[in-house]
Amino acid sequence: MLSSAQLRKLAEISRRYDRSVGHFTTRQNMQLNWPKFEETPEILGELASVEMHAVQTSGNCIRNITTDQFAGIAPDELTDPRPYCEVLRQWSTFHPEFAFLPRKFKIAVNAAREDRAVIRAHDVGLEIVNNDAGEIGVRVFVGGGLGRTPVIGKVIREFLPRKHLLSYLDAVLRVYNRYGRRDNMYKARIKILVNALGVEEFTRQVEAEWSHLKDGATTLTDAEFERVARHFTAPEYEHLPQDDFSYAAHLKEDKAFASWAKRCAHAHKVPGYAAVTLSLKAPGFAPGDISDLQMEVIADLADRFSFGELRVTHEQNVVLSDIRKRDLHEIWKISRANGLATPNIGLLTDMICCPGGDLCALANARSVPIAEAIQSKFDDLDYLYDIGDISLNISGCMNSCGHHHVANIGVLGVDKNGEEWYQITVGGQQGNATAIGKVIGPSFYADEVPLVIAALITVYTEQRTPSERFIDTLQRIGIEPFKQRAYAGRDKRKPARADASENLTEVVNA
Amino acid sequence: MPKIIKNGQIIDDDWQILKLDGEQTAASLAWPDGNIMVPMTAWLERKAEILSRSKRPGVWLDSHEDVEAIAGDLEHFVVIGLNFPKFTDGRAYSTARLLRERYAYRGEIRAIGDVLQDQLFYMKRCGIDAFALREGKDIEAALSGLRVFSETYQAAVDQPQPLFRRRTA
Ligand code: SF4
Repeated sequence: MLSSAQLRKLAEISRRYDRSVGHFTTRQNMQLNWPKFEETPEILGELASVEMHAVQTSGNCIRNITTDQFAGIAPDELTDPRPYCEVLRQWSTFHPEFAFLPRKFKIAVNAAREDRAVIRAHDVGLEIVNNDAGEIGVRVFVGGGLGRTPVIGKVIREFLPRKHLLSYLDAVLRVYNRYGRRDNMYKARIKILVNALGVEEFTRQVEAEWSHLKDGATTLTDAEFERVARHFTAPEYEHLPQDDFSYAAHLKEDKAFASWAKRCAHAHKVPGYAAVTLSLKAPGFAPGDISDLQMEVIADLADRFSFGELRVTHEQNVVLSDIRKRDLHEIWKISRANGLATPNIGLLTDMICCPGGDLCALANARSVPIAEAIQSKFDDLDYLYDIGDISLNISGCMNSCGHHHVANIGVLGVDKNGEEWYQITVGGQQGNATAIGKVIGPSFYADEVPLVIAALITVYTEQRTPSERFIDTLQRIGIEPFKQRAYAGRDKRKPARADASENLTEVVNA
Repeated sequence: MPKIIKNGQIIDDDWQILKLDGEQTAASLAWPDGNIMVPMTAWLERKAEILSRSKRPGVWLDSHEDVEAIAGDLEHFVVIGLNFPKFTDGRAYSTARLLRERYAYRGEIRAIGDVLQDQLFYMKRCGIDAFALREGKDIEAALSGLRVFSETYQAAVDQPQPLFRRRTA
């Protein structure tokens, strides 16, 4: 969540200290790629003036807590997850015991029926649930994560009463801090410990540790929870009818507006309101990149139409959360004029993409040019609508910042003898049915990637039933037809590809 | 004489830390005169002998060593050293809290090894009350590392109540 003032400050910082552009990451943070090292203290000072910071954004500590971009407004949520996140933020900020863990540690919270926070791909995922007695608590997932060994988190506690949240996490983190591997950076995440011990033994150790911590001073009080929750009050909504006459009229008259609304306007729990996703996936721009001017436009839109608030999504877009339906047309016009209304949310070109080789020192390959090549191959909106819901994510290396493992189609940069190659996975999913994609075979040259993706899409459009999404067809007919089409007419055995098979095995067996 | 920080003051220190480098094993260690901190393995193997010396002993644990092994012996130690082989190895933070909070150890807990100014605040919060800084570091400057923040959110050894309990009190 950001206030309009905070976004304006980010715009100003990007202009004064960077190249007038920021990048929203899958961590729902903003990354500045070209600040001068010696200017960072000034930048931090500027951030602090609007209550922002860069604390615990790197290092082997507990990172920022993430949640659903529709928190507090989603019709399908049990409760607002934000107070939980804030309680966890306070607990994790400069936590004295867990500042030097074996590896970084990410926690995500979901309180909705549909998980939009990818909690099963986090070190700890917390799902807020009611038990049979109607009490509120959390289901605790541990050991999920992407990276070079993608794993889906496992439930270690079906129901943990809310008051025990912090002491239980202290126990989880203590077991990890003491026994997580520190000899090999690639085997240091908690998922490796959970897998090595087995989930039963890991759970037993956590429970044993927790038996000492339970009911201690860290036990969360109702008074504290409510105090925090009072910071997340609903704005002063107007009493409106569910349907708005002028909105309905615009939808009828204006096809372009209607297609935008279909992809970018979302249900809201308050009648007459909607949430809007402003797409940062315009053709020709790096996914998640936002210019200083766009930041200012969004800040103005937030002030004019959405109580001065906005949210960043892990899909690298921006959400205005509280829009009267009658204002949607005006918002569309303004955002369209500023390159923020590409009507592609949830479609193929709404890609998650890490900064990759152009900017990231760890990269094996560039990812942004791949995204751009795919965008220009699939530039026909009607065709994109016809393809429908699909996720395509790109990471420049095994660190998987682009979440390629949990995409219906994943693209991963691999390095072979100094050359950039791309490995393709299919069948990954986020949400409640989170799944890790499977590698289709040897990797490709950059210029082959858009063609391979086109081939995969063709298999789908040929084989689908009227109600099926890409992932449904894939699950029904299996990976084989997709593999065959992807390699049809291609020589699988180019000499340089031999060594890639080692990389591939690692992922397949992970 | 070497100096350490203890209870927020810089003081002279005469403790000798015995190490098992090279040829040395727990069995072959000799006891010099004066105050000695022995490796945990040596303590476990040669308890009676160490206790028969005229001076009360100290013991030190490496970061991978489980404090549970000496949990029954704590009354014997004047000081327990916790080694940080690298500052990024944070296991001893948990060890320190266990010593204080679970085993109620009241003697000195001393951070040894790669001990740096930036870590002192966390260490202090976990119950470490003495700091032998890494060689070559400015001990005077490091003192300010104990006072980085005026307020803290979490319950820990130095402040057993989390902020939220003090706020409502
Ligand atoms: S190249 Fe690798 S480390 Fe860099 S942002 Fe992409 S996935 Fe992350």
